[in-house]
Amino acid sequence: MIHRFIFDGVKIVLDVHSGAVHEVDDLAWALIEDYPRLKLPELVAKYEGRYDSGEIADALAEIERLMQEGLLYSPDPYPEGYNRTGESVLKALCLHLAHKCNLRCRYCFAGQGRFGGEDELMPASVGRAAVDFLIAGSGRRRRLEIDFFGGEPLLNFPVLNEIVDYGRSQGERAGKNLRFTLTTNALLLTEEVADYLEQNGISVILSIDGRPAVHNAMRSNSYTAVLDSIRRFLAGRKGYDYYLRGTFTRHNLDFSADVSHLADLGFERLSVEPVVASEEDDFALQLKDIPVVLDEYERLTRELLQRARNGRPVDFYHFKVDLSGGPCLARRLSGCGAGHEYLAVAPDGALYPCHQFVGRKDYRMGDVTSGDFNRELMGLFRRAHLYNKEQCPGCWAKFYCSGGCHANAQAFNGTIFQPYELGCVLTRKRLECALYLKVQEAVPAV
Amino acid sequence: MGKHIKTVNTKRLSVGTKGEGCGECQTSCQSACKTSITVGNQSCAKK
Repeated sequence: MIHRFIFDGVKIVLDVHSGAVHEVDDLAWALIEDYPRLKLPELVAKYEGRYDSGEIADALAEIERLMQEGLLYSPDPYPEGYNRTGESVLKALCLHLAHKCNLRCRYCFAGQGRFGGEDELMPASVGRAAVDFLIAGSGRRRRLEIDFFGGEPLLNFPVLNEIVDYGRSQGERAGKNLRFTLTTNALLLTEEVADYLEQNGISVILSIDGRPAVHNAMRSNSYTAVLDSIRRFLAGRKGYDYYLRGTFTRHNLDFSADVSHLADLGFERLSVEPVVASEEDDFALQLKDIPVVLDEYERLTRELLQRARNGRPVDFYHFKVDLSGGPCLARRLSGCGAGHEYLAVAPDGALYPCHQFVGRKDYRMGDVTSGDFNRELMGLFRRAHLYNKEQCPGCWAKFYCSGGCHANAQAFNGTIFQPYELGCVLTRKRLECALYLKVQEAVPAV
Repeated sequence: MGKHIKTVNTKRLSVGTKGEGCGECQTSCQSACKTSITVGNQSCAKK
C-alpha cells in the first residue's frame, strides 16, 4: 500500500508497510500510481508521448530497485490479521492526584476537574498502592512511567512528594526505573515546587492556550497569571523536558495564530491539540469544521517551516515523527496501550483504562488498594488493536495512529472497535504535515 | 538517491520487529489530548 500526496507542490510517497518516505518528480509520481495496475508496455505506452523513453526507463528502474529493497509496495506484515501473543504487562499509570481544580476551564473533559464526582484528593496510601500495583504488574519491563494528572495535581503536592519518594525506593528495590511527568495549569508553580521538580527531574506540561483572548475565554481569565508563572518557572529550568500545551476549539479554528503567539513569546516546545468535547458543546469541533482545521494545519506547517529556516525552530509536538528511530512495529500495533499497558487511577484508587475513561462506570477496571482487577476488560482492550478494527487495516496512516483513541471511539461510537472519524481525519492531516516537514528537512530550500 | 525518486529514510518497519517488542519505549496518547505522558515521545528505547 502506498499513500501519495502533494504539499505546496512537493510530491511525497509513503510506502505504508515499510514506512519509507520518498520525494518524487512528476514522472515517478505518475508511474508509481499506475505501476501496480498496468503492465510495463502499457505504462510505457501511456507516458512515452509526455516523457522521454530513456527517462521512463530510468524511473521504472528506480521503482524496481526500491521494490527489491522493500521500500515500495511492500506487503502487509499481517495479511491474515494479527493475534497478540504473550501476557500484558503494565508500563504506565496516570495518577489523578486531585479531582479538584483552581480553574474552571469551560472545555475541561474532566468536568472542571471532578470527573463527574465531588472534589477529592488522592491520599498517600492510594498513591503508594498504585506504585506497588504498577511494579507488581510490570513483569520484566524496566522503564515505568507515572504521570501526575488532575484536576490540578499540584493541589495535592505533599502526596506527589510522597509518591515520588516511595516510587524511587520501591523501584530501586525491584530494579525498575520510574520516570515522572506532571500536567499543570502552572498557577501553583511556586519557587519551592519548581525547585522540587527540577531536583527530581520531573517532566512538566504547562497548560496555556495561546493568545490572551483565546486563553481567557476558556481558562478562567488566567492568561496573565499563567504566563507570568510559566516564565518564572522556565527561567529556572535547566534542561528537563517541558511542553507548553494548549487546546483549540471551534472558537479558535485559526489556532496557528496561537502557536505563533507562544513561539513569539520565546517558547520552543509547543503542543496545541484539538478539544475533546461532547457534540452538544458550543466549542466542540464539528464535521463541518474539518476543511478549516485541515487548512489551518497546512498554514501552521508553513509557519513552522519558515521559523526553522529563519534559525528559530519550534518543536511542535503533533508534527513530530521519527522516521529513522521511531517505534517498532509491535509498538505501532499496540498504540497507547490504554486498558492493558497504561491505566488511570482515580483519587479513591479506582482503575480505569485511561484518564479519559475515569468516571465512566462501565469501564471501572478494579482498585489498586484491594488489588481487584478485571482481566476480561483488559483482554478486550488488548484485542482492540488496529487489525481488529474494520476501518484501520486499509488506512495508510495505521502504523502512525495505531488505531486511534479508545476513549473517543467509545464516546462517539459506543465501541472501542470503531475509530472516531473526526480524529482519523485530523490524524491523517497532521501526519502529512509532519512528513512534508521531514522531506523539507532532508532537502533544504535553495 | 535516484534521479526521479529521493528516499528520505530507509527504515523498514516490518524487518526484525514482529512479535511483542521489548516494551521499554514511552507511552503515548492516541487522542492527541494529552502531551504529558508522551514527552520526548515515541522513539525506540533500544536506539
